[in-house]
Amino acid sequence: MNSMSNRMINILVPMISIFLGLLVGAIVMLISDYNPITGYMALWNGIFGDSYAIGETIRQISPYLLAGLAVAFAFRTGLFNIGVEGQLIVGWFAAAYVGMAFDLPKIIHLPFALIAAAAAGALWGLVPGILKATLKVHEVIVTIMMNYIALHVVNALIKTLSGGGFKLERIHESASLRSEFLSNLTDYSTLHYGIFVALAMVVVMWFILEKTKTGFELKSVGYNDNAASYAGMSANKNIILAMVISGAFAGLGGAMEALGTFGNMSSMGGFTGIGFDGIAVALLGANTPLGVIFGATLFGSLKYGANNMPNEAGIPVEIVSIIIALVIFFVACGYIIRVGLIRLRNKKEAK
Amino acid sequence: MTKRKFGLAMSLVLAAGTMLAACGSDNKDNAGEKPATGDSGEKGGFSLAMVTDVGGIDDKSFNQSAWKGVKEFGEDQGWEKGTGGYDYLQSTGPEDYTTNLNNLARRDFNLIYGVGFLMEDAIEDIAAQQKDTQFSIIDGEVDAPNVASILFKEQEGGYLAGVAAGLMTKSDKVGFIGGMDNPVIERFEAGFLEGVKAVKPEIKVDSKYVGAFDKAELGKAEAGRMYSSGVDIIFHAAGGTGNGVFSEAKERKQADKDAYVWVIGVDSDQYEEGKVGDDNVTLTSMLKRVDVAVKDIADLSMNGNFPGGETKVYGLQDDGLGLADSRGAIPQDVLDQIDEYAQKIANGEIEVPEFVEKKK
Repeated sequence: MNSMSNRMINILVPMISIFLGLLVGAIVMLISDYNPITGYMALWNGIFGDSYAIGETIRQISPYLLAGLAVAFAFRTGLFNIGVEGQLIVGWFAAAYVGMAFDLPKIIHLPFALIAAAAAGALWGLVPGILKATLKVHEVIVTIMMNYIALHVVNALIKTLSGGGFKLERIHESASLRSEFLSNLTDYSTLHYGIFVALAMVVVMWFILEKTKTGFELKSVGYNDNAASYAGMSANKNIILAMVISGAFAGLGGAMEALGTFGNMSSMGGFTGIGFDGIAVALLGANTPLGVIFGATLFGSLKYGANNMPNEAGIPVEIVSIIIALVIFFVACGYIIRVGLIRLRNKKEAK
Repeated sequence: MTKRKFGLAMSLVLAAGTMLAACGSDNKDNAGEKPATGDSGEKGGFSLAMVTDVGGIDDKSFNQSAWKGVKEFGEDQGWEKGTGGYDYLQSTGPEDYTTNLNNLARRDFNLIYGVGFLMEDAIEDIAAQQKDTQFSIIDGEVDAPNVASILFKEQEGGYLAGVAAGLMTKSDKVGFIGGMDNPVIERFEAGFLEGVKAVKPEIKVDSKYVGAFDKAELGKAEAGRMYSSGVDIIFHAAGGTGNGVFSEAKERKQADKDAYVWVIGVDSDQYEEGKVGDDNVTLTSMLKRVDVAVKDIADLSMNGNFPGGETKVYGLQDDGLGLADSRGAIPQDVLDQIDEYAQKIANGEIEVPEFVEKKK
């Protein structure tokens, strides 16, 4: 123990952070007169309790993965894409519409719906990308506003397409990501093949960033766009490209909801929140593809498992939200714990 | 490893419980038995639960009314809150609907309510999977043998609210604030417009949808605009958004005690919401007795007559709708007129349209 390697620290930091978060959460439960042990048992069972819970947890992770990738990708090019929420909503709509309006063989229909979602998200990312590149309008402002445009445009489209109703018809079976097999495997959960799409995109992001010339340029612009320009790269082109790819990831996140979880789209009173959580997912994962898997898994598990706390332990939704927020808060504060651990090590080594 | 085994054992027990309970609910004789509280998978007995929409059971409106029905029914039977008695789960978003419904079905509740039309798809899915559990959807229609659909003729209640508003307005301007624009809320609006027209055809109703049920600030802003434009009575059908309408009206009343501003509440009796000191801005409330419908279905189900696959429509006749006690805000002669209209609706003399006539 007296020679703590860096590897050891890397493993210890998230574990200690999660533990601290749970500890403070336990205090909150004690203060509000609930038994923390039953509470956490319920959380555990909600995430891993049986095959149904595991299926639902994985289902919940898929859109977080893609939302996290979207934010992380833009970040690597030095862009803060707050518009993942809006890009996800238009992607959701595009996938739901294609799934509903066309009747094609599955081998064409499903990819078509996915591509439509990615294209819609990309389009929503293109606008702030162009504005940033040509007019230097800050992408944060534009993307935030694009979120509202997405929400209300999609609501209006749903209303028009459904003849005054509030939801689109269900997608055709041929566009669905759901499968009898996965559903039976997990005791009727809504687990769908989307998780494979999401994981494939993790690989795609890694490949683009690490293995292609484009990726190198994107990262260069992120590090220092002046230097990148000086080296002969087009900062503007790369900014637009980064926003488009980021938007495409987000759009696919919407497709997870459209083609997997819900199978259609209802008009929304407010944002889904997945896109905003994607920012935290990306930051927790240090904007790397592997890190996003970690962040999305944490977010998805907590988000889904938390549902079981009111169900099994009778803890009110509000308290549950506080506990989950605390855990995420402490994980995000991992840096402090890392510094503490390194100090501890140095002290020991000095002795 | 032991944890995993424990999880597996738990799921086996639960699965066995589901099957046992299924056998139990097929047997109609056990309806009157007291359930074993706190014990899942116990056969026999009857228990009910509900899944709320995002509003939660204290939304002072729709979900609250449904919970009131579930709770009262449970208490009348001497049950306790929890598995085997009565319970609820709150949804924080549409992604929770299926999970919550499924969780309750797994806890072997015999009858599970989904509150709100947004839950239609979720109920359809879960009802197909959990064939031995009875479901009931409020404000929506699902065609499945183990689902009873509950609808209300909101237009009839809206009509009475419209008559009240039409007779009570001094400025000849009244307003309607809806939550989300959907078929249910449109029935409120259609009835209201028709009711106003019946007593004062020349009045134009200022009708507006704010787009959400949980945005009090939007309701307040919209109410502010309406009151400023001379509207003196606003009927809201907007759930939590409507609380903003009340706060705007109350502020105006507080600033000027003689201000003639009124709100007509919705779903539950919202008299308490309208209190400002000794005054009150609640003219009356259009009651939508979700609790009556909930208890009615629970009663039928417990006695083995569950109306699965059917749609029950509650109207004025069935006490499913009505106006709340105005506590003196509406004078007796106006009340008498409202009663006349109510009778005409009940005996079919007036047929209230479900849809708003489309503006050209």
